[in-house]
This record gives sequence, C-alpha cells and structure tokens, in this order.
Amino acid sequence: MTFTITVNGRKRAVDVDADTPLLWVLRDELDLKGTKFGCGMSFCGACTVHLDGVPTRSCITPVSRVGNASVVTIEGIGDSEVGKRVKEAWLAVDVMQCGYCQAGQVMTATALLARNPKPTDQDIDAAMSGNLCRCATYTRIRAAIKQAAGLPTDDKREV
Amino acid sequence: MAAPNAFEQTARARADGDCGAPAQLSRRVFLTAGLAAGGGLLLTLNMPRGADASEPIAVGPAAGAELNPFISIAPDGVVTIVAKNPEIGQGSKTMLPMLVAEELDVDWSQVRTEQALLNPLYGPQFAGGSMATPLNWEPMRRVGAAGRQMLILAAAQAWEVPAAECETSQGSVRHRPSGRSLSYGALAARAAALPAPDLRSVTLKDPKDYRIIGKFTGGVDSARVLEGAPLFGIDMVVPGMCYATFEKAPVFGSRVASANIAAVKAMPGVRDAFIVRGADPDAVFNMGLVEGVAIVADSWWHAQKALQKLRVVWDRHFASGQSTAEFERQAEHLSRQKPHSIIRSDGEVDKAFDGVHKVLEAAYSYPFLAHVNLEPQNCTAHCKRDGSVEIWAPTQNPAPGRKLVAATLGIDEDRVTVHMTRVGGGFGRRLMNDYMAEAAMISKMAGRPVKLLWNRRQDIQHDAYRPAGFHYFRAGLTAEGALTAFQDHFVTFGQGRKTASSADLPRSHFPAGFVPNLQYAQSLIELGAPTGPLRNPGGNALAFAFESFIDELAHAAGRDPLDFRLSLYGAPRVIPVPPWRGRPEPPFDTGRVRAVLELVAGKSGWRQRHDLPRGTGMGLAFYYSHYGYFAEVVKASVGPDGTPKVHKIWAAGDVGRQIINPAGAYNQVQGGVLDGLGAALHQAINIEGGRVVQENFDTFGLLRMREAPPVEVHFRISDNPPTGLGEPALPPVLPALCNALFAATGRRIRRLPIDPRELRRA
Repeated sequence: MTFTITVNGRKRAVDVDADTPLLWVLRDELDLKGTKFGCGMSFCGACTVHLDGVPTRSCITPVSRVGNASVVTIEGIGDSEVGKRVKEAWLAVDVMQCGYCQAGQVMTATALLARNPKPTDQDIDAAMSGNLCRCATYTRIRAAIKQAAGLPTDDKREV
Repeated sequence: MAAPNAFEQTARARADGDCGAPAQLSRRVFLTAGLAAGGGLLLTLNMPRGADASEPIAVGPAAGAELNPFISIAPDGVVTIVAKNPEIGQGSKTMLPMLVAEELDVDWSQVRTEQALLNPLYGPQFAGGSMATPLNWEPMRRVGAAGRQMLILAAAQAWEVPAAECETSQGSVRHRPSGRSLSYGALAARAAALPAPDLRSVTLKDPKDYRIIGKFTGGVDSARVLEGAPLFGIDMVVPGMCYATFEKAPVFGSRVASANIAAVKAMPGVRDAFIVRGADPDAVFNMGLVEGVAIVADSWWHAQKALQKLRVVWDRHFASGQSTAEFERQAEHLSRQKPHSIIRSDGEVDKAFDGVHKVLEAAYSYPFLAHVNLEPQNCTAHCKRDGSVEIWAPTQNPAPGRKLVAATLGIDEDRVTVHMTRVGGGFGRRLMNDYMAEAAMISKMAGRPVKLLWNRRQDIQHDAYRPAGFHYFRAGLTAEGALTAFQDHFVTFGQGRKTASSADLPRSHFPAGFVPNLQYAQSLIELGAPTGPLRNPGGNALAFAFESFIDELAHAAGRDPLDFRLSLYGAPRVIPVPPWRGRPEPPFDTGRVRAVLELVAGKSGWRQRHDLPRGTGMGLAFYYSHYGYFAEVVKASVGPDGTPKVHKIWAAGDVGRQIINPAGAYNQVQGGVLDGLGAALHQAINIEGGRVVQENFDTFGLLRMREAPPVEVHFRISDNPPTGLGEPALPPVLPALCNALFAATGRRIRRLPIDPRELRRA
C-alpha cells in the first residue's frame, strides 16, 4: 500500500504494509537512520519521534495511523528553536557515551521544554523516565535539559 | 587486594594477542615519515611482517616493513589521527587522539579522527578491560612528540638555524630569535622527507604545559549522532542487501528437529528461509555459530512477521531440566558438602575458629544478568562470489570475530575484511562475535549481502550471561574486634569440570592477604547456558557479597565500617602483585585505599551520619579493580512498601596522576555507579526448563531517570600512571547501597536483586 506522510516538513510516499511500524519506514524506506530500534515494544524510548509535537514511540506506531500528522525526527528537530537549543546543550554538557539512546532522549526533552520551558526536577523525572539509557547518563541528561532551559545545572536534589 | 582484572584478562585473551603491562612502550613498531596524498606529512606506524606486537624491541627501520597510516598533516594544517580501537561509548575515539594531539602540539580544533579498519599491524584492537588508557597513555603521546620533533627539524632546515632555537605552539613552529614562524601545514611536505625519530628518544611535555590533556573535551562524533548520521552497526547499508532474522533454540544447545520452512517462505517479502546447522556442540559456550532457522526478507518487518509464523521442533536437550530454583537447591546442598576444590588456604582456618570471640555466618547470592546493549546484536555481511567476505559490525573485539568468521566459513582470515562501526553499548557482550558468524553464514547461504538484526527477545535470551553465584561465608572476630579467620565456600557454575567464563573467584580477592587464617573453596553446578564477561566481571558480583559481609563484620565487631576497613588494610604500604602471564602488574597500594576511603567519608559527611533522620542511612564500600581504587557512599531510605530510595551517591576514585579527559572521566564514573544501582534494584535473568524467562525491558529493568540520584564524583590525584575508568567505579555501589539500607532499616540484603518485601516496615 502507498502512504504519504509528512516527515521533517517534506511529503514522502512509501509503499509498505499498513502495519509496518513508522520506525522501519523512517529507517529503511526513507533512510533516516537517526531514530533507533531498542525493544520494539515501547519500553525503551530509543525510537521516539514527534507526531504533531507529541513524543511518540515509532516502534509501535503503524504507518497507517500517522495520517496527516507532522512527523519530526532527530534529523529535523534542530530546525525548531527549542530543538536546536537542546542539541547544543547536549553537546556542551557532553551527555552521550555510546549515544544509541540519545536521539530519543533529545526528542523527549525537546517536547518537554516546548510545553514547559522551566521544568522542575520532578517535571524532568516525569517526562524522561520512559527513555532508557543503558550507559546511565541520566545525570548529564538532567543537566543538559536544565542548561537548554537556562536553569542552573547543579544537582540540588539531595534530601 | 581484590585485583580480579577478569574482564581485562578475558579481553586480552579474546583479543587474540597480549596487550602488555600498563604504560609500557613495548611494541615492535616504529615510525616512518612519508608524503601524504595532497602533499602533507604522513607519519606511519610500522611493524615488521610477522612480528609479535607485544615484544619489546630495538627500534629502527626494517626491510620489508608494512605501513599503516596513523597521523597525517595536510597542507592546510588539518591533522588526521587514526583511532585504532572500537568506540563503544567509553570515549577512546576522543581520548586517544587527544594524547597524540597534545604532544604534537596542535590546536584540538585542527584535529580530525578516523576509525581504523581491523588490521594486525595496529596490534590488538579492542575495547575492554578498561585498558585503553593504561596501554596507550605512553605510546600515543610519544607518537605525537615524534611528529612535533620532525616538524621542528623541518623548520630549522628551512630557516638554516639550529633546531634548539625553535619551539612549537598550537600547530606552528617559531624561531625564537627572529620571531619567524611557519605552520605545520606549510612544513608538512618538508618534514615528510625526514627520518622519523626513535619513539623512545623523544621528549615529552611537562604536564604543566598541557593544553588538551586534562581539558573537558566533548566526544568527537557526538554532533553527528545528534544529526542522525548512520554511524552504528544497525545503520549500515550495502547495495542489494536483504534483512535477516535468526531464531535459535530457547534451550541452549538444542538442535532443529524440524521446521515449517515452506510456510515461512510463502510469507510476504520473504526471499529465503533455511536451517543453519551449528558449528559444534561447544559453540554454545564459545559463542560461535549455533543452530537455528534463518529468514531472509526484503525488509526487517517482513522477516519479523514471517518469524511469528515460524514453528520449530527442537531436539530435547540435557539443559532443559535446569532452572534457577533448581540451581538454588543445588547450591544449598553443595554448601553443606565438602567443596569440590580449594582456591586458597592461608594459616589454619579450622583451628582459628576454635579460639575466636565471635563467629558470623551468612549466605549471599546474586542472579544471572544479561548485558542488554541498547543496540541489539547485529551484523551486516557480504559473502562475495570470489570467496571473500566483508563484515560491518558493532564489536568490541574485531580480531577474534574475523577468526571466527573465517573458521565458520572455512576460508582464510585474510579473505575477511572487518569494518568497525560505532557500538551502541559494549559492556562486555561484544567481546563475543556470535552475531558475526551468523550473518556471514546467512549471507553465504542466501547468496546475497544481509543485515542480521536480533530482536530484543533474541538478544536477552541468547547472551553470554553474567554468572549467578552463591557465597557461604564464615568469619571469626577476636574480643578486640579483629578479623582473624575468614572462609568462603563459593558455589558457582561450570561446564564439565571447567569453571564457566567469568564465574571464578580470584585467589587474590580481598580480604585474602589481610586475614591470617583464610580459606576460599569452590563447588560447581553444571550449567547449560553460556556465560561471559559483563562490565567489571567478577567485581560486579563479588563486591556485593564480600563488601556487604565486611559491613556485617564491622557491625558485629562494634566498629565503624570505615574504621574497620582502615584497620583491615592497615598502614599505608605497597604490596607487590605477581606478574600476569609473565608481565609485570602494578603493585597494590593500601595508602591509595585509605586515601579514597577518607576522601569519600569527608565529602559525604560519613562521620556526621548519626545526625541523619531516623529511617535514613549511609553505607560505605571500597573496591579495587582494573587498577582503579574506588570508595563509594550511598545515602538511602525506604518507602512504606519497602522500595529503596537513594538520596545521593558519593564516589571517590584514584586512577593515577592525570585525568586525561574530564568530560569522559566523570561521565564514566557517574554512569558506572548508576549502572550498578540499576542492577542491584532491578535485574535478574531467570532460567526455567533450560530457557531464559525474560524477554524485554518490562521484566529485565534498567534504571530510569526518576530513580537516578545525584552522583558526586571526586578524583584523588596520586603519582601513579593513569589507568582506565570504564569499569572500576561500578562495583562498590552495590554493597554501599545494601549497607545503607541496613543502616536505614536494620535489614540485611543478602540476595540480589533487592526485594522490597524484605525491607518493608513491619
């Protein structure tokens, strides 16, 4: 079946089964390799993309459900002002180790800051706890989100 | 001392070559200079054909030497440095070039890095054992210094002045008396005509002049990762390739009796499906090619849909009777029998227990663990018509992979080319290359290039697991609270009479050598599942058992756990460590132990912990591994349902005189600590009917953001050669957490993962 979806502002036609997850359409039909496969069941968040700005697990989203939603991936997130700031903060803080989860982390963090420009630690916990990092770079993910938000980056949570 | 170094031993053994002792410049390699394409300087590392890369030798040009590009300087001043080791997230691709660039004296912004191909001329190329720093600290700096010396000489010749009047600064040479200056780019062609100096004769910088080493330096490829660039193994694309899935026996070692191949082949998009026969019965333990069914399709999704239709009848296998519950029964039974073997015996343990004031006994256990690299195992392989094979793989250890592919296909190793991709997490899993053998064989049988990608269930159920283990401790204290007798009957796993991979207790493990009467004994349970190294092998499990029991002993002795440890290690002194495989090992320094214990105590407020609110406790632990000394304090409490809440973690480490890249160093320590925390809280692989029960992250958990406490890291700088940070920070957090929970609740955790029910308030 042919589906036309909007990815990073461009209309793209793909000929795939209706149940094909958006993840594999992006990666192997449109050659956008930045979105990653981790678990295939929405547990890890490596495949997170935006559908109309909402962080969405592309591994369990069939292409037939995308419809007219605007899909934004890590390849396009830097075009938004918030996405650009998040990516810059990620590099300045030097968040990544292996880097495999980080596209998903950046997508979720950008969605958080787009709706909540000055998140608290609790807001960060709530937004980011669905994105696993096997290297456990959580300390720096938190710091980078705060840096992108223009907040002090030191971790004052000890109670 | 602890000093298991098991990961590094495994890494070394599996790297198919010996890496030598730390900080040694002992390769049979030398530099030569030449003209780079485009007119620049090309410094090449050379090794005579057939030489053993580990032997120390005289340095000098040899006839018939092969060349490898290592550093090149282009006329525009851009310096390209080859990163020889795979990048698994530990930052070697940034750190190793930093060492070269520092001594070459260039600006970091001039430097580009390139991933090397697998080539024996580079010597061992692996990421494991926290060995990149100790093995390369000295040689990489000397390579850079040699380049700098040649550029100075080239400038001196151009100006016809003595070289001693010339100095370098960030990519140019300056003649001090006249103030003239030339850039490295302008000098590169002239320098290329000069002989390269003896690496051992070059002068290294005074550390106070460092401009790159010690500076916070971001990962060289991080920006590209965030652009979505196709850097990882899973991202590889080869023209004409298909996608493959490979289903292996749920019970390790079972063979295919029958499979509905025809039905699978009829599924949409499926190009081929076939049974792949296993290499040999040992392949399951050696992580070679094991038996299974391959499905090759035009998309990975089609391969997965066909996989759902696949029905395989597997032969019955002896391991199908094995289960976690049965292992626990066997361990309990074995603990009451005479041990199968004695690992170490000091003094007279039995007699010593007769005279003690207090005897403590405790049984500790921990589960099997999977590595769960977030990038599932994968490999792209192209078996070509001419019989050669090209491999693109996220591997920590490419050389044995090439050997395995050659053996699996029955071809010569020089017919196999291995491209090292960025690796979506190593953790020891990718020291093994089973996925490489599978992809190569599937490509050969399908007659086309394939990308093999495991799904998460296949990844969790076909690992080389961190072995479970059972420790039956007994210890005796004098009336003064001194530890005078110590016994561990370690029940672990074996295959036949051989201890399983990473399932051993090193005879040097602490407190051996610090207690006059001590016995380590071992018994084996037969295991059908493969085991292997997980980040800090040995230490990631042993630290929990030993350092928790030490805490029990401290409390039983009525001593502060910090003071109890300080007196166990005794006065600062340097204890020689026997050579490993004939190579010198650094000594164990109790002064460094004391220093990091006191540092972490000071930073965490350990001595003031009695002021903490009721229900909040602090725990302490120390562990030495991979040449790193780490002491950690955890502050924790528990919720009403018993769920542990970690308030904060302090880590103090001593890895020598120089933190090469603080950006990577702090990240490794924080990540290692949180990795250990996640294992303690969430992780167990259970076996039932010979098969692994867990399938995905819902039942095999990783730590999540909301559970990640602040981790405060302090390095103690000591006058010792710099050593690695990928592993040594991990072990102490597990016992420190359990010791904190004891302080908070009075309940002692003796089994991992932590079961909140054991901590629930009565």
